[in-house]
Amino acid sequence: MATQARSVLTLQQLEKLIPALRGRGYQVIGPTVRDAAIVYDVVESLSDLPVGWTDEQEAGHYRLRRRHDEALLGYVVGPQSWKKYLHPAEVRLLSAERSGQTFRILNNEPAPPRRAFLGVRACELAAIAVQDRVLQGDRYRDPIYAVRREGIFIVAVNCTQAAPTCFCTSMGTGPRVREGYDLALTELVGPGKHEFVIEVGSEAGAEVLAELSPSTASEATCQETEAAVERAASQIQRRMDTTGIRDLLYNNFDHPRWDNVAQRCLTCANCTMVCPTCFCTTVEDVSDVTGTHAERWRKWDSCFSQNFSYIHGGSVRSSAKSRYRQWMTHKLASWIDQFGSSGCVGCGRCITWCPVGIDITEEVRAIRESPASSSPVSSKERSHGNP
Amino acid sequence: METLEHIIAEHPFFAGLESYYTNLLTGCAANVRFDAGTYIFKEGEEANEFYLIRTGKVALEIFAPQRKPIMLSTLGEGEILGWSWLLPPYRWKLHAHAVQPVRAIALDGKCLRTKCEQNHDLGYEMLKRFAHIMEERLEATRLQLLDVYAVG
Amino acid sequence: MTMATTATTDPMLPQPYSVRQVLKETADTFTLTLESSNGSGRSAFRPGQFSMLWVFGVGELPISISGHPAQNDRLVYTVRSVGQATHALVSREVGDGVGVRGPFGTGWPVEKARGGDVLVIAGGIGLAPLRPVIYEVLHNRDKYGRLVILYGARSPRDLLYRKELTSWARHRDTQVLVTVDYGGLSWRGHVGVVTTLFKYARLQPARSVAMACGPEIMMRFVARDLETHGFARENIFLSMERNMKCAVGFCGHCQYGPHFICKDGPIFPYDRMRPLLEKYEL
Repeated sequence: MATQARSVLTLQQLEKLIPALRGRGYQVIGPTVRDAAIVYDVVESLSDLPVGWTDEQEAGHYRLRRRHDEALLGYVVGPQSWKKYLHPAEVRLLSAERSGQTFRILNNEPAPPRRAFLGVRACELAAIAVQDRVLQGDRYRDPIYAVRREGIFIVAVNCTQAAPTCFCTSMGTGPRVREGYDLALTELVGPGKHEFVIEVGSEAGAEVLAELSPSTASEATCQETEAAVERAASQIQRRMDTTGIRDLLYNNFDHPRWDNVAQRCLTCANCTMVCPTCFCTTVEDVSDVTGTHAERWRKWDSCFSQNFSYIHGGSVRSSAKSRYRQWMTHKLASWIDQFGSSGCVGCGRCITWCPVGIDITEEVRAIRESPASSSPVSSKERSHGNP
Repeated sequence: METLEHIIAEHPFFAGLESYYTNLLTGCAANVRFDAGTYIFKEGEEANEFYLIRTGKVALEIFAPQRKPIMLSTLGEGEILGWSWLLPPYRWKLHAHAVQPVRAIALDGKCLRTKCEQNHDLGYEMLKRFAHIMEERLEATRLQLLDVYAVG
Repeated sequence: MTMATTATTDPMLPQPYSVRQVLKETADTFTLTLESSNGSGRSAFRPGQFSMLWVFGVGELPISISGHPAQNDRLVYTVRSVGQATHALVSREVGDGVGVRGPFGTGWPVEKARGGDVLVIAGGIGLAPLRPVIYEVLHNRDKYGRLVILYGARSPRDLLYRKELTSWARHRDTQVLVTVDYGGLSWRGHVGVVTTLFKYARLQPARSVAMACGPEIMMRFVARDLETHGFARENIFLSMERNMKCAVGFCGHCQYGPHFICKDGPIFPYDRMRPLLEKYEL
């Protein structure tokens, strides 16, 4: 329901955004610099944001660099995604007490705070929608996700630059934000100018925006905004051809490319940790020394781990090849059958954070360009004479 | 009452054989009985016959030193017992132990062997059928070898 | 402030059940009967479904329900002790608490099988998830044609439900054939893999539904042989198994190709499984 009318806020006016959200009871999560990366954490004012920082990304490479301006949102995406809050890395499922032969489940997990997310990119909005479908839109609903997802206030951001690792345009997820947000910002920063063009995406967003007393955006400003987002799109270098990708991967189970990538993949699971849509978890049981108190904890897991597919006798997918193939096929192909869309939003994090720089777009290209031969012996090698 | 000819002609193993050949086979066939506990043949003996089991159960066994006989598999009603008559050295490789009273039709393999050498069409028909049985037994043996119910 | 949940809102919340009986079937396999401790547990199930059984402080396991579907005041499980968690489960004593979640999964196609013959093929512990089918058919005998049960185990000592096997064979139009891989000294029955029993099954493949459960290799051989014997692929059903942590499609562990074994299965028709079974390390 985004209105076409756009508003503008100066930097000073934007300063009131975080207090306005906090005043309404939200814990505001936003980008901040820590440990040489831009991560998500509680932010209390705009000065907590990565002011004047940008990220330099390529396959297996991430560095922060100083910008020539003081942009607040002049970076692309960091190693973390919003699943850090919606689908937490560690969460207690239950605690229970035992007395004698019976036990009692305490069922008293603390409710999480209501949160506002500041700085959600288009690819990230798409990723949240993907996880919504997995964790709330199928046969069962995950109450842990549901309680964290409900009532979220989202301040989205239109990208005005792209990293070399981005390919949101191929996945149809960006760089422009389309829906699922309360407010959307586009930051325009230049000589003598620093303003934020706002689009309203919901009534809650309109209500917060009103408190910031925005001005109406001029035609020129609107055009500048469009141009800025277009610039981001034009900077996109990587492409993934998704035509018939489901059948392409299903039909190439034995493609030699899998052996090729297996020689490079360390099965370190970085890609699954940084991927905003990966959702696999495991459950661990812990109890105290006396055995009277037990807890069940849910933690992020990865299909790259050795024991992920363990059943009595061994793991079904024990080779690195089978695990890489499983991840990529699930993300790009099986996901479509399971949930009606691709699992990939083109954010490029897996490319950046792979220590050996495996590029998922390159892997798809390699399989597409050389269809697997039907027999292990190519026709050139078959001869009928003496060996 | 079922005649030998009728039983042989109707048995799936001989299906598709020209009546000339089924007559030939009938000519080499006889009804036999084995009491429970007796051995139909033993490893190493000359293999001159094969059997079409009509009732009862036969265990294929191997003897190993210091061990009781090891039962590899059992054959029952309708199954064919014995192919060693068809291939050199024409000696039994296993023991066949009637674990229940067995009624069978014994076919003169030695006689049949000679006829197969003279008549390759008949030889091919017999080999095709026995190859099929060997394939079935091999498949079953492979699965048995995998010990799929073992833990770990 | 807490977020207290109920079984209907939280699929990860175990319901407290209590052990009523522990029956030793073989040296390493036990059958447990559980009853709801507070009346809030759902003890109704469809043949082929499974529960997640939680042992306090130890772990949780997916176990097929092996009891009578008409007895919905209790849940029965036959468990083989193969590791730490299963060992803890079979060591439960009468009165001990066990957490139960479920029932989960698709069931055996007992409705589709009505009006025709039913072929049940079990290997090892695979007879446990099939026992509810046998109960269902015998309980509604008129709705089904012939019932043929083919059961293979490693050795005579590993046979489950021995007394029931004998009593099932006595029902009309019901055939029970048992075989073992290793006969031992006093076994006078069949020796050989369960596929060798097919030739003795007296039923009409064209109007039969086959349901098989056992080690995956065994099910592959069985399905292939059934096709050779005239069964249509869509009338052959297999119970698949993979690692499970949640049983509700969230943890991702049980995926088999595009299928979640926990909610799209564990029972699948062979026509859908055949292309996947061929794939090594899928």
